[in-house]
Amino acid sequence: MNKHDPRGIPHTTPRQSATFTQDINSDIRRAAATGIYDIRGGGAKRKVPSFDDLLFMGASISRYPLEGYREKCETSVTIGGLHAENPIELDIPITIAGMSFGALSGPAKEALGRGASAAGTSTTTGDGGMTPEERGHSTKLVYQYLPSRYGMNPDDLRKADAIEIVVGQGAKPGGGGMLLGQKISDRVAEMRNLPKGIDQRSACRHPDWTGPDDLEIKILELREITGWKVPIYVKVAGARPYYDTTLAIKAGADAVVLDGMQGGTAATQDVFIEHVGQPTLAIIRPAVQALQDQGMHRKVQLILSGGIRSGADVAKAMALGADAVAIGTAALIALGDNDPKWEAEYNKLGTTAGAYDDWHEGQDPAGITTQDPELMARFDPVEGGRRLRNYLKVMTLEAQTIARACGKNHLHNLEPEDLVALTMEAAAMARVPLAGTDWYPGKPGTGF
Amino acid sequence: MQTLDLQEIGLRQVNAQLHAQSETTNQTAWEIVNPKGAHAIACGLNAPIEVTVKGSTGYYCAGMNQQATVNIDGSAGPGTGENIMSGKIVIEGDASQYLGATGHGGLIVVKGNASSRCGISMKGVNIVVQGNIGHMSAFMGQSGNLVVCGDAGDALGDSCYEARFFVRGSVKSLGADCIKKEMRPEHLELLKSLLDEAGIDADPSEFTRYGSARNLYNFDVDNAAAY
Repeated sequence: MNKHDPRGIPHTTPRQSATFTQDINSDIRRAAATGIYDIRGGGAKRKVPSFDDLLFMGASISRYPLEGYREKCETSVTIGGLHAENPIELDIPITIAGMSFGALSGPAKEALGRGASAAGTSTTTGDGGMTPEERGHSTKLVYQYLPSRYGMNPDDLRKADAIEIVVGQGAKPGGGGMLLGQKISDRVAEMRNLPKGIDQRSACRHPDWTGPDDLEIKILELREITGWKVPIYVKVAGARPYYDTTLAIKAGADAVVLDGMQGGTAATQDVFIEHVGQPTLAIIRPAVQALQDQGMHRKVQLILSGGIRSGADVAKAMALGADAVAIGTAALIALGDNDPKWEAEYNKLGTTAGAYDDWHEGQDPAGITTQDPELMARFDPVEGGRRLRNYLKVMTLEAQTIARACGKNHLHNLEPEDLVALTMEAAAMARVPLAGTDWYPGKPGTGF
Repeated sequence: MQTLDLQEIGLRQVNAQLHAQSETTNQTAWEIVNPKGAHAIACGLNAPIEVTVKGSTGYYCAGMNQQATVNIDGSAGPGTGENIMSGKIVIEGDASQYLGATGHGGLIVVKGNASSRCGISMKGVNIVVQGNIGHMSAFMGQSGNLVVCGDAGDALGDSCYEARFFVRGSVKSLGADCIKKEMRPEHLELLKSLLDEAGIDADPSEFTRYGSARNLYNFDVDNAAAY
C-alpha cells in the first residue's frame, strides 16, 4: 500500500463498515434508482435463534430408548375434533402450508396435492381460491379464508376438508399482499375477478369482521354454512402468540396455525419480512402456554410453521408442544425451486441458486412460481409430487428416529424435558435448560 | 308457507331445514319468526326459495347466498349478504356496516340507509340503497354496481377497480383513485334496470356515475402518496 504514497506514510487496510455493509449499500442504491421498496418472496433471511439452537438429550440409564426398526413410533394426528363432525385425520404431522394459485402455477399446486396425499397429509389453498387440479389431487384439502376473498365461493367452501381463517402470516404480521401485474394471467385474472395485468393488492384485514368478538360470529357463520362438519383453523402470525392463541380459542377455533417470521410469502416488502414478526422458536411456548391456561392443549391443535426444514425441526416443534407443523418454502425446494441445475438462468436474473426470491416477477426458471406457459412446462407435477412425498417421508423417518432415541412411541410424547439449548437466547425462548445447566433465563423461582 | 320459530328450534335447525331444500323443492316459501337479532340466519342458502325473516337480524344474515330470495322485515346487522353469489336480499329497514362485502353476484336492496363500508371489496354484486350510505363504501370494489338514491359518506370507492357507483345525492368525498365519470346511455340503461329490479322509483338522469381513474393499477412512485 504505502509504496503508492509519495510521502511513504503507511495506509490502513480498507475497512468495510459494519453499519453500511455491501448489502445495505446495494439496498440504498436500488431504492435511489427505483423509488420503490424492494418486494420479494420467501421468509426472513436474517439469522435468528432457531431450532438449530436446541438439542435432544436422547435416552440413557434413566430413560430407555425404543428399538429403531422394531418398536413402533406413531406419527398420526387428528385435527379439529373439538367442534367438527369430521375432523382431519393425518398419517403424519407435517402439513403443506397455504400457497396461492397465482403465486404458484397450476401444475405446482397439483404436485403439492399429489405429494401430500401420497404421504398421508393435507395441503392448503391460498389467496387465489381453489383450483380443480388442487382439489382433485388432494385427499385432504384445507381451504384458506382470506381477507381478499379472491375466488372465494360457498361451493368450494363446502368441498373443503377444513377451513383456515387467515388472520396473519409470519412473513408479514399485519400486512396484505401484492401480486404484480406480470403474474395476472387470463386464468388468474378470471379467478380473482380483476383486469389482466394490473398489480393486485390483497387486503390486510378481513372486510366483514374485526377483533375477537366478530371472529367468533364469523366462525359461527362458516360452521352454519358447512353444517358443522369440517374443522375451522385460525392462522395467526407470530406477533403476540399468547394473546392471539387465547383469543382464537375463545372465538371457537378447532386449531390454531402459528407462523413465525421465517415463514415465506409470495410477495411482500423486504422491510416487512425482515423487521416485523418473531422467530418461530420464540412463539411456540407462549402459544402452548395459552392452550394450557385454557385447558385446551391437545384439544385445540397447534400447527406450527415458519422455517421447518427437517425431521429434527418437526421433533423439536412437537417436543415444545405443537400437534403438527406446516411447511411451505421447504416444500417448494423439494419440488425443485432454487435448484442449482438452473444456475445459469438464475445468473441471468442477477441472482444465484438458493438466493432466488423474486417469485412475484413470474420468471422462475424452475417453472414453479410462475404463470408463464413455457416456464411452467418445465415442471412435471407427477415427478414433483413424488419428490415431495419422498421428502415428507424422510422428515417423518427423521422425527421418528429422534423420538425413539428419546424413548417415545408417538411423536406427541416428545416433551420439553427431552431438550437442552445451546444458547441463552434459545434457552429463554424455548424455556428449556441451557446445555450443562438446569437453568434458563426466566425460569420461575430463579430470580432472573 | 313453512314457518320456523328461531327461538323455539334454534339457529342450527332453522339453517339445516333451509339447507335441506334442493333445486326442485316445492316448499318455496319460508318464514322465520322471532329472529331477535340472531347471527348467521339463513346463511349459505342454495335453492330457489323465498325466506322472510320477521324482524331484525344480527351479523351475516343471508351470507354467501345462492339462488334464494331473503327478505328482512326489519334492520340487518353487520356483513349482511357477505359474499352473496346470486339471488336477492331485500332489507326493509337499515343495514349495518359491510353490507354485501365481497359479493360476487345477485342483488341487495336496502329500503333504509346502509352504514359504512357498504359493498366493500365487491366482486360483481349489485347493491341498491334507497337512503344514504356511510364512509369507505365500496373500498377496493372490483366489479358490480352500487346505486345510492341518497348521499354517500367519506371516501367513496377508495382504491376501487372496475366497480361502478351511481349516487343521486351528494358525495362527502371520493376515495383514492375514485373519480366522477360521464353518464353514457348504456349507464343510464343499466341504472334504470337496477332501479326497476329493486322496485325503486327514481329518475336515472338525476344520478352521477363514479368509478376508478385507474391510476393505481400499476405501481408508480409518483402516486405513492395515494397508497
